[in-house]
Amino acid sequence: MDGLDTLKARYLGAIASAADEAGLEDVRVAALGKKGEISLKMRDLGQMDPAGRQAAGALLNALKDEIDAALRAKKTALGDAALDERLKSEWLDVTLPGRPRRPGTVHPVSQVMEELTAIFADMGFSVAEGPQVESDWYNFDALNIPPEHPSRQEHDTFFMHRDPGDDRPPHVLRTHTSPVQIRAMMQEGAPIRVIAPGRVYRMDMDQTHTPMFHQAEGLAIDRDISMANLKWTLEEFCRAYFEVPSVELRFRASHFPFTEPSAEVDIRYSIVGGQLRIGEGDRWMEILGSGMVHPKVLAAAGVDPDQWQGFAFGMGIDRLAMLKYGIPDLRAFFESDLRWLRHYGFSPLDVPDLAGGLSL
Amino acid sequence: MKFTLSWLKDHLDTTASVDEIAEALTDLGLEVEGIEDPARTLGAFRICRVIEAVQHPNADRLRLCRVETYPDGPGGRSEEVQVVCGAPNARTGLVGVFAPVGTHVPGTGVDLKPGNIRGVDSNGMLCSERELMLSDDHDGIIDLPADAPLGARFIDYRGQNDPVVEIKVTPNRPDALGVRGIARDLSARGLGTMTPLAVAPVTGGFASPIGVVIDAALKAKGCPHFAGRTIRGVTNGPSPAWLQARLKAIGLRPISALVDITNYFTFGLNRPLHVFDAARVTGDLRIHPARGDEAFGALDGKTYMLRKGQMVISDDHGPESLAGIMGGEASGCTAETRDVFLESAYWDPITIAATGRALKINSDARYRFERGVDPAFTLPGLELATRMILDLCGGEPSHVVEDGAPLDTARAYRLNPARVISLVGMEIPEATQRTTLEALGFMLQGDLASPPSWRPDILGEADLIEEVARIASLTRLQGAPLLRGTPGVPRPILTPLQVRERSARRTIAALGYNECLTYSFIDATSAALFGGGTEAVRVDNPISSEMSHLRPDLLPGLLQAAARNQARGFMDLALFEIGPAFQGGEPGDQHLQATGLLIGQSSARDPHGSRRAVDVFDAKADVEAVLQALGAPAKVQITRKAAGWWHPGRSGVIGLGPNTMASFGEVHPRILQAMDVKGPAVAFTVLVANVPLPKVKTPTRPALAISDLQAVERDFAFVVDRRVEVLTAVNAAAGVDKALIESVRVFDQFTGEKAEAQMGAGKKSIALTVRLQPQEKTLTEAEIEAVSAKIVEKVAKATGGTLRS
Repeated sequence: MDGLDTLKARYLGAIASAADEAGLEDVRVAALGKKGEISLKMRDLGQMDPAGRQAAGALLNALKDEIDAALRAKKTALGDAALDERLKSEWLDVTLPGRPRRPGTVHPVSQVMEELTAIFADMGFSVAEGPQVESDWYNFDALNIPPEHPSRQEHDTFFMHRDPGDDRPPHVLRTHTSPVQIRAMMQEGAPIRVIAPGRVYRMDMDQTHTPMFHQAEGLAIDRDISMANLKWTLEEFCRAYFEVPSVELRFRASHFPFTEPSAEVDIRYSIVGGQLRIGEGDRWMEILGSGMVHPKVLAAAGVDPDQWQGFAFGMGIDRLAMLKYGIPDLRAFFESDLRWLRHYGFSPLDVPDLAGGLSL
Repeated sequence: MKFTLSWLKDHLDTTASVDEIAEALTDLGLEVEGIEDPARTLGAFRICRVIEAVQHPNADRLRLCRVETYPDGPGGRSEEVQVVCGAPNARTGLVGVFAPVGTHVPGTGVDLKPGNIRGVDSNGMLCSERELMLSDDHDGIIDLPADAPLGARFIDYRGQNDPVVEIKVTPNRPDALGVRGIARDLSARGLGTMTPLAVAPVTGGFASPIGVVIDAALKAKGCPHFAGRTIRGVTNGPSPAWLQARLKAIGLRPISALVDITNYFTFGLNRPLHVFDAARVTGDLRIHPARGDEAFGALDGKTYMLRKGQMVISDDHGPESLAGIMGGEASGCTAETRDVFLESAYWDPITIAATGRALKINSDARYRFERGVDPAFTLPGLELATRMILDLCGGEPSHVVEDGAPLDTARAYRLNPARVISLVGMEIPEATQRTTLEALGFMLQGDLASPPSWRPDILGEADLIEEVARIASLTRLQGAPLLRGTPGVPRPILTPLQVRERSARRTIAALGYNECLTYSFIDATSAALFGGGTEAVRVDNPISSEMSHLRPDLLPGLLQAAARNQARGFMDLALFEIGPAFQGGEPGDQHLQATGLLIGQSSARDPHGSRRAVDVFDAKADVEAVLQALGAPAKVQITRKAAGWWHPGRSGVIGLGPNTMASFGEVHPRILQAMDVKGPAVAFTVLVANVPLPKVKTPTRPALAISDLQAVERDFAFVVDRRVEVLTAVNAAAGVDKALIESVRVFDQFTGEKAEAQMGAGKKSIALTVRLQPQEKTLTEAEIEAVSAKIVEKVAKATGGTLRS
């Protein structure tokens, strides 16, 4: 089979010099097409004697494979070259902004409520709720604040309208979340552990007060819960909430009609470079009020004070948010200024959780 | 409540410093709000002598003084200091007051530094009274008598070294509204011992010409006990300097000896008194409920119209005193007063509180009586005050006149030392518990403790525990772990509604909305626009007219927030709130709403042309996402019966049968106009509790059914009337073969003038893609044709339209 080498050299040359895919296809057809030179030679094999056919066949097949491979390689090379050429013209200014997305935010009060819930849930507390228009009985009487008690005056209560002829005492906008204690105990009895976050209302509006703000109530009733347990619970809460290695709390005797003994709770802090640092320093800041639930309150809620005892506390959620996140002004919480919402708001995916840390 | 250290020391024998006392008070529950300690601010100012004053070499008006100072106090070493002074009275031999370098001068706010004035060194300052803020005097530097003790602190010399402490007294502690009560707490804590208060009755020399009668109606409650006496021939001049100084220190203005004495008893012993000018009282004094037509001219210069039943003290002419709250102007004491009637009475706290509140009178007497003064101290207080009047004003006392009797406060509660320990969680020995109570004035008999008459707040065993704990000091309390009731991994604690509230919040925020918290109350007009504003939800005493009614809906608050942001130049807004709306004024008449509001453009202008006006279908997509997050069923009904604050043609209600889950659409233009919002605005409201809970209570998903057979999609376009809802066509198509038809999607709509030109007036075209998913065998062309024909037939029938050719 003379000439195969020539054939091979010719076609490999043609493949190498093919300028584009069309030229390459012409070469393929000329060589390997139905009437291509190599195809015709393959066809001629049939007329040979078996011995010659075997020898020539092997050679031809090898040639065919080689040409075929060269064609494929060249085709890939041509494709790559064409793509490279196209990509040269495909240039975009990648410093242009991406397509806009509107980032949403969660209000700090909502975020902090979830933080509180995460912490207290871990300590076995559930979340109780109650109405914000509250009867005089739940807001005051059941909490051992009888009608003429001077501390009623100190609550700056909003009263709801009463129609003439309706002789019930006017309902109030709850002045604290404490009435939820009563409702929760009436519903669930003892033992019980709940927190009750929510809106509360006082007739007060100045630099540091708004007529609506947020409190979280805590209540734990069992056979032998003591004030020492209260202190530990609050210490654990503050440590977890402020995300510091340790905190120090100081209890100070105080008075709330619904707890006895009552204590105001201070936390140790310092201010370094204008920044509040919880857990260190030599200053004390009041952060919440607390105490052992008054027997009359237990009795009002249908819990036998001879059998059960426990603690309650109440704290300002807005203030906790201000302290932790360095938010200066309470009034701005309720102004819905877009700049404020964007700056102090939280990403919707920052769901507080103890495993990953509440905020850090 | 303010008091001075020296006043406290009248009642408490103590060596404790003012700082120790303050720390103890705060810990005891008498929170210190401030201490003004002159030693701290003025302790460095000492008496000095000017050895020689000569003319300053370079300044006409300045003098150069060689000053003899005593930095270590009287009798210590002396030190000569050169001071340049501009005071005209700076002269050789002057005894004055010197402040060394390093002193903060309160009157100028300057910290003294070594100085050089016109070429001469000056190291300190000779001071005027104004520089010490002791008076306004700045005519010259302080000029003292030549025998003033050199080196002594000026405040000691002037008797102004008495620290003033201000404490916050909680409403349960009326006894701490007198200095003696504060002393008692401190002595129980171990900071000193109480000095005895000796009460020697004053012997009267004649029968009081003024008698006293308590109306029967008030004897049981109101005024159980009234005592008084006449004192003839008093001289009501200024009170002595020590008394004036104490009253001034706590912020009271000295008036006259008689008035100052009553104030002294009010603040010293929590025993408010009243002194009538006897010459201006006619007949006896009668304590009675007002008829309701009397006008009363009070000591504050105002006239009050008394309401029926308010407790007053009248003579034959009418009301002379608003009992326990404020005396009358007509019978008040003046400098000319000679004969007086001194009143010491016990007034019922509730009655006083009600009258004081109704008439809006705040006085030191009301403040104390409504918290409860010591009912057993009425007569002793009268005797002590008589003695002081006689001492300071002279005069001749009558016998005591009296009606009623001291209120019986006798009661006893069981002290259970084990319970104290169990409740407080602190080991307080029984003996300590008992001595604590005794130090506070309790009488102990066996395990029964009787509270003292001055502690009306002690009403049960719990109060005993509080007293023991507070004196023992809660600061010492050590935390003890509160273990979870059940060991192991905590169970979920949120209710389904609480979980949904959270899901809604995070979903809406993730959709690009900013969460707002707006007030629960809004103005009447806005409330009325949203179906509220009724009397039932009106706040009786709103803080402003902008906050007069509970909100019936969250939208008005968000629209107001949008208007405020628009006024600041922020026009593209996506705001949301989740919170209560109020359908009535009874407890529980509230429901949880999740409301989102979109205004303006979807985004800022950008090179990709992304910016477009937000529209109803943005709100609809978002509300559907929220409903999906809350687990609402996929199949819902959309009706057009949204409330009146929505655009009538561009809003919808998503519901399940009669149950409304959400509304969405454009806010009614009239509402926007009324609320000053530049629109259009689109919004949605989800009634979170109305979304039914999923029936399936297992985390297991149904098995995934996928067919390997080729799905087929066919497109159809129909010409229908303009107001035919596309959902009708979708439902008709989907209903043709529920097993075979996997989905029906709307992929185009052609409406408007061009469409009507092509398809006829009042017509539009809608285009659907139907996806067929065979389950058993690949569809043949004939089968596809058959289904297609049926779809065309059913849609045409349901919509009255035709296949678009």
